[in-house]
Amino acid sequence: MNRTNPKRFSKDQIPLYLYLIPLAVFMAAPIVFIVFHAFKPMDELFAHPPRFLVSRPTLDNFTNLFRMAAGATVPLSRYVFNSVVVTFTAVMGTVMFSSMAAFALSKMRWKYAGVLFTINNLALMFVPTAVTIPRYMTITGIGIDNTYFAHILPLMATPVVLFLVKQNMDNQVPNELIEAAHVDGATPWGIYRGVVLPMIRPAIATGAILSFQLVWNNLETSQLFTTSESVRTLAFYMSTLAATGGIAGQGMAAAAGLFMFVPNLLLFIVMQSRVMNTMAHSGLK
Amino acid sequence: MYKKSAPLLFVAPYVVLFTVFIIVPVVMAMALSFTNFDAIQRPQFIGLLNFTNLFTQDLIFLQFVLPNAILFAVIVGPGGYALAFFIAWSLAQVNKGPRTVLALCMYTPSMTAGVAIAVLWQIIFLGNPQGYLNGLLINWGIITEPINFMVNADYILPIIIVVSLWSSMGVGFLAMLAGVLNVNPELYEAAAIDGVKSRLQEVFYITIPSMKPQMLFGAVMSIVGAFQAGAIGVALTGANPTPHYAGQLMVNHIDDYGFIRYEMGYASAVSIVLLGIIFGFSSMSRRVFKED
Repeated sequence: MNRTNPKRFSKDQIPLYLYLIPLAVFMAAPIVFIVFHAFKPMDELFAHPPRFLVSRPTLDNFTNLFRMAAGATVPLSRYVFNSVVVTFTAVMGTVMFSSMAAFALSKMRWKYAGVLFTINNLALMFVPTAVTIPRYMTITGIGIDNTYFAHILPLMATPVVLFLVKQNMDNQVPNELIEAAHVDGATPWGIYRGVVLPMIRPAIATGAILSFQLVWNNLETSQLFTTSESVRTLAFYMSTLAATGGIAGQGMAAAAGLFMFVPNLLLFIVMQSRVMNTMAHSGLK
Repeated sequence: MYKKSAPLLFVAPYVVLFTVFIIVPVVMAMALSFTNFDAIQRPQFIGLLNFTNLFTQDLIFLQFVLPNAILFAVIVGPGGYALAFFIAWSLAQVNKGPRTVLALCMYTPSMTAGVAIAVLWQIIFLGNPQGYLNGLLINWGIITEPINFMVNADYILPIIIVVSLWSSMGVGFLAMLAGVLNVNPELYEAAAIDGVKSRLQEVFYITIPSMKPQMLFGAVMSIVGAFQAGAIGVALTGANPTPHYAGQLMVNHIDDYGFIRYEMGYASAVSIVLLGIIFGFSSMSRRVFKED
């Protein structure tokens, strides 16, 4: 009766494939389309009727993109540099601070652990765009507008990452192990670094991916919290290119979109088994 | 054992960031929602006036934003959620290799949310024959004149809904997939002996009850997704407000008042209503999936 997680192909699976494959094609088609679009020469971008596939792929769109960026007030390399610094710092910070907090909430017995986790669970429902205005006022209020911190710090408070890491610690790290380490005289920091972190690597990887997607793709921090081009990120610059619009801009915009999207995809493919492992232990109770 | 201060030191960095960038803005929004504030002069306390205006005077909100938001939320929220569960449940029944590839196809669109990739949809829905969809429809002889998808009020909301559904298979979907895969197989065997006959019974009596935590996590993610959407409509049409307010959602209404009209107090009142709605629905799903 139960057919979950089968080991081999059987005829029962045919009906499932009959709708799963078309659905997967529908989901993937727009992504594949933009990949092809990015490599189309000018005449194929203009082709009528429009074509899905590219017949004579070219790198023209990418060279145009870089040529146009060369004429901008701020060189492309600056946006790339900003994005790399901001993303790297924010991802490391998110993972480190969330896992530290998760350790205190999951493995230390103290008065406010329960309350804090409940508040964090409530914050899973938090919608940053709903409170853009007070967020802006907070950021200018503490004086980090127009700095890298305006991209990094707001995105480091991600309730979902703390949630995932904490749930995984509950399920994956036996309390006996922590107690044994205590008896051996390990410090809390030593236990966190030496015992807990190595055991929840999949959850850390998952948190890192979620944080990466949030930061790398983020336009709002550039739009709202910065005014100077020299501290803005690649995602923002690419979106302004896309907005230049027109048919001529289309190829470039597709190239720009692809350029932003590929790192997300590669990272997820590399980490996908770890992500699935994490999700198995990440229910909300 | 460790010192009393140890837990505090471990949570401190996170709690500070959380307070500054989540709690403080929410509290400020609450405070501002009772004021009249134009971002230049000091906020003036006006009591509940913003809220009464929102629900009695704001024709744009009542005529366009609220109906749009409800329609959008019902289809993308529960609709997207049911779809995500159905896909997860189906995927769990095929072999690991194909399952991984298919799941990747389903999840990939969610990684594009908010990216420069909105340009993709502009190309597809471009309002002249060069637009991909228009070109195809003309070529197949379904239409003779290109449809101006991004200006025509009839098309904007449906397009936003389709694009949002397309990109809605995110972490919630992955959690549900992992949840279905981890249901103890012995439960199914026991249920078969107890007389559970159809697949549907199996889903409702075994699968869903055994993965309530993942179901709830998925539900909260769907609700949040359904109400925080808004950027996509502006990205597609290139304007806030969207043409004829046809794609206007709660978030767009907040931005419209906050950043275009500079009525920050009023915009904050809308934010609070939005957060309240999300909270209400999430509490409801919590009740549904409570562990006994």
